Amino acid sequence: MTIDRRPEIADPEGTTVKRALHELGFTETTAVRMDRVIHMEVDGEDPQEVKTRVEEMCRQLLANPVIEDFTVEVER
Amino acid sequence: MTTTQEPVHRQLGMSDDEYQSVLDILGREPWPAELAMYSVMWSEHCSYKSSRTHLGRFPTEAPWVVVGPGENAGVVDLGDGWLAALRIESHNHPSFVEPYQGAATGVGGILRDVLTMGARPIALWDQIRFGPLTEPKNRYLFKGVVSGIAGYGNAVGVPTVGGELEFDDCYAGNPLVNVMCLGLLHQDQLVLGTAGEPGTIAVLLGKATGRDGIGGASVLASASFDEGSSEKRPAVQVGDPFEEKKLIEACLELYERDLVVGVQDLGAAGLSCATSEPAGRAGVGIEVDLDAVHTREQGMTAPELLMSESQERMMVFVDPDRIDAVLAVADKWEIDSAVVGEVNSGSMLRIHHDGELVAEVPAASLVDDAPLFDRPMARPGWLDEVQAASRDDTGLDIGDTLKRLLSDPAIGSSAWVHQQYDHMLFLNTVLGPGGDGALLRIKGTEKALAVSTDGNGRLCYLDPRRGAARLVHESALNVAVTGARPIAVVDNLNFGNPENPEVMWQFRESIEGMAEACEALGVPVVGGNVSFYNETAGTDIHPTPVVGMLGLANPMPADPPRLSGAVDGMEIWEIGPAATENLAGSAVQRLDGELGGLPTPPNHEIGAEMVELANRLAHEAPVLHDISDGGLAVALTEICIASGVGASVETDHPFSEDPHRLLVVAPEGLLNLPAGMSRRIGSVGGDTVEINGARVSMRTAEDRWRHAIDRALSG
Amino acid sequence: MRAAVIVFPGVNCEHDVVHAIRALGGDAELVWHRDTDLSGFDGVILPGGFAHGDALRTGAIARLSPAMVDVARLAAEGTPVLGICNGWQMLCEAGLLPGAHIANRDLSFICRFVEVEVVDTGSILTRAAEPGQRLRIPLNSYEGNWVDPSRTGRVVLRYVEDPNGSHDRAAAVANEAGNVVGVMPHPERATEELLGSTDGQILLEGFLHSLVPA
Repeated sequence: MTIDRRPEIADPEGTTVKRALHELGFTETTAVRMDRVIHMEVDGEDPQEVKTRVEEMCRQLLANPVIEDFTVEVER
Repeated sequence: MTTTQEPVHRQLGMSDDEYQSVLDILGREPWPAELAMYSVMWSEHCSYKSSRTHLGRFPTEAPWVVVGPGENAGVVDLGDGWLAALRIESHNHPSFVEPYQGAATGVGGILRDVLTMGARPIALWDQIRFGPLTEPKNRYLFKGVVSGIAGYGNAVGVPTVGGELEFDDCYAGNPLVNVMCLGLLHQDQLVLGTAGEPGTIAVLLGKATGRDGIGGASVLASASFDEGSSEKRPAVQVGDPFEEKKLIEACLELYERDLVVGVQDLGAAGLSCATSEPAGRAGVGIEVDLDAVHTREQGMTAPELLMSESQERMMVFVDPDRIDAVLAVADKWEIDSAVVGEVNSGSMLRIHHDGELVAEVPAASLVDDAPLFDRPMARPGWLDEVQAASRDDTGLDIGDTLKRLLSDPAIGSSAWVHQQYDHMLFLNTVLGPGGDGALLRIKGTEKALAVSTDGNGRLCYLDPRRGAARLVHESALNVAVTGARPIAVVDNLNFGNPENPEVMWQFRESIEGMAEACEALGVPVVGGNVSFYNETAGTDIHPTPVVGMLGLANPMPADPPRLSGAVDGMEIWEIGPAATENLAGSAVQRLDGELGGLPTPPNHEIGAEMVELANRLAHEAPVLHDISDGGLAVALTEICIASGVGASVETDHPFSEDPHRLLVVAPEGLLNLPAGMSRRIGSVGGDTVEINGARVSMRTAEDRWRHAIDRALSG
Repeated sequence: MRAAVIVFPGVNCEHDVVHAIRALGGDAELVWHRDTDLSGFDGVILPGGFAHGDALRTGAIARLSPAMVDVARLAAEGTPVLGICNGWQMLCEAGLLPGAHIANRDLSFICRFVEVEVVDTGSILTRAAEPGQRLRIPLNSYEGNWVDPSRTGRVVLRYVEDPNGSHDRAAAVANEAGNVVGVMPHPERATEELLGSTDGQILLEGFLHSLVPA
């Protein structure tokens, strides 16, 4: 799953990384957002069920709804 | 990583002679696990084989020394049941390979060394050296190291209250990262690294063991760098300060409840050391089961388990009837634990893995039979010429020179570094980063501990004996100006390749200089660390001994002198022997890109007198400041900036760094100063720093000083 | 009248908080985070540090501790609850205060004195101070940068100069009732002249005066 900081929230790390890339000559970069990827192994048979459960994990703990959104992908 | 042509022992960094020693000890070919243990325990970093002969020169005894060199940290008696533990360590080579983690794990390691003695670690210092900040690579290393120290120290919850910063070309390929730690304990909580009596159980606490740092001690710290250095990246360990914090609290609870007989931390040489050393010290044997070790990687072999340098692990030795209590403490603090061994009345270290006996060696042999080299020494042929190229202070433009000094990142404000460190935690920091010495009060008593740390590679390059001796005196004076009496020294000896006779000569000379100064001051050396092989492509670093000096103030001055204590109208005095025009090894010389001459020697008697004098003045003077890098001019300006007021002085040698000198600022007539050694040089007031008529505005001075590191990083 | 100072694995300011409270004549006790019953306490302090190593997000895991259930109940009942630094981060994660914390704007850990101004005395932290009063207190944080998408936070202390990008230069925020407050600088580090400032006293006194026997 990816935990993305909401676009309207400041991202000091992203800003700093963008500045560093520009200094290296990669001036075509117009925006950088530092988000998070979580890889998780889950026991389960039904992908849809697993997805629902993991989305609940995100809601309850893994993402902070005040500043973050999330998307979940399931594969066997 | 290795070729098939070279014998295994050479791949592990052992010489043929060392291999032969192992054959002699065992009376047979060593098994793989045994060879692995000997290779790490007999590495330079662990065995001190090139240095032990010379370290014996240090004075190590005094009535207040409770534990001297040889244990995990030195311990001194502070009176009234209080003890202090002190240790210094280097993590130079790992920090070049991965600066953040190299520095972070250096902090982790030294915290555990102090924790091992039964003490709560209460403060840290960092002594860090890099190539000039004009090079991007050096900026990267500098930032990475500072971040690593901050990241680990802050998160583990121990304040970093001082340190030292030096930049020189010789450190470009060999950054130096030394870390020092102070711990505090009650005398009944002192624990030693002993395995105890037969029947004692060995319990491994902390992080799961993985393949971290395999070959680290023997490979990284015992070899120089060359083109292929980045291939050594996998050997660098990753620190976990949260795990360490839990480990610290768990161990402190074990000590408080008297649940352990002995403690040993797992640093370089991991399990090999944590089993053999305590057993060797106690003169017992120990049976170890590697299958019991909690691991985080699959299929680790016995050699790997024995060489692993996974961080945040401690070995405790426990009476059988206390085991449950110990495991319960580990559970409470959410750290893993495993019963891994049992002590017996023999003398062998026997190790089992996968149901087989994989090692059976005399426990003590891993430490006691380590090779001892008396490497050849030779005074460098180039030294006469270097010392002949003298430098004096004629013709200097005072204002211009002062501004250049203030703008230098090693002399200007260190706030860029120390504001990244929590230096206030524990509410003990009376004097913190930025002054001469740190002063930490001991709550509930009238006592306070002062610590200073000092090094100067350039001075020691010009004359290792004089340079190292001067460092000891400077540290003692930095401690004395807080009102503390110097009571113990630890040393970190950072040198080049010991197979180079010139390096060994520098090493021996530095030790001699330090020993002489310590003897003159009556201060014992209670521990230290040696880091050799700081060399890249055949070029050694300057000899860089670093001194850590501990002092005890009893009682602490009610209002210790501070750099910010100068007030309009106060008088300014220079105390100590008159300075000379000799600038050999000075910051001024460095700014001009030169290095040469013979540094002014220390005077041991005067040095001792000055310490006494500083101790007395510390209870009376509003401002008391050691004169060192940048000379009187810089010391004066630092006082002015901190106090927010200018000053005007006349002095013959404003940039001399000759030793044993202090600046005192106090209201007229307040102080009783010794006639022969004191010169009134000026007064406080105005908004410029004026030296011999040359003026620098306070605004300019402060601007240059405050932004020195910022500008060096972005310029 | 006793305050509970909750100890999570990884916090490190708990002893300093107890020391400062006791020096002001108050009574404070350390409470392990697994304790579920805080009924004997008249107030709660969540101290600073690195609870759970800041895993996932700072304060994210601490709010799951058993003790936090009682903290939430006490907060709802109007009991004084003060979160200092990491403690404020926990209160946000627990939903007891609005907003969240992200990295300081300049991506550096900051440990130094800052000047804050009292902008609202209607909170347990600021009630003993004067409106407009300026205080010199140490800041010590990496994620001291408060964001508040909901725009419902009530700022009670404001940095005179912005050190970290915090929204509205907020150094301390209170809930509507004023009994739950989060503060980023450390008042417990400013209670002794010897250590640099006593300006933290008036803030901790506000908290102590708010303690009413349970």
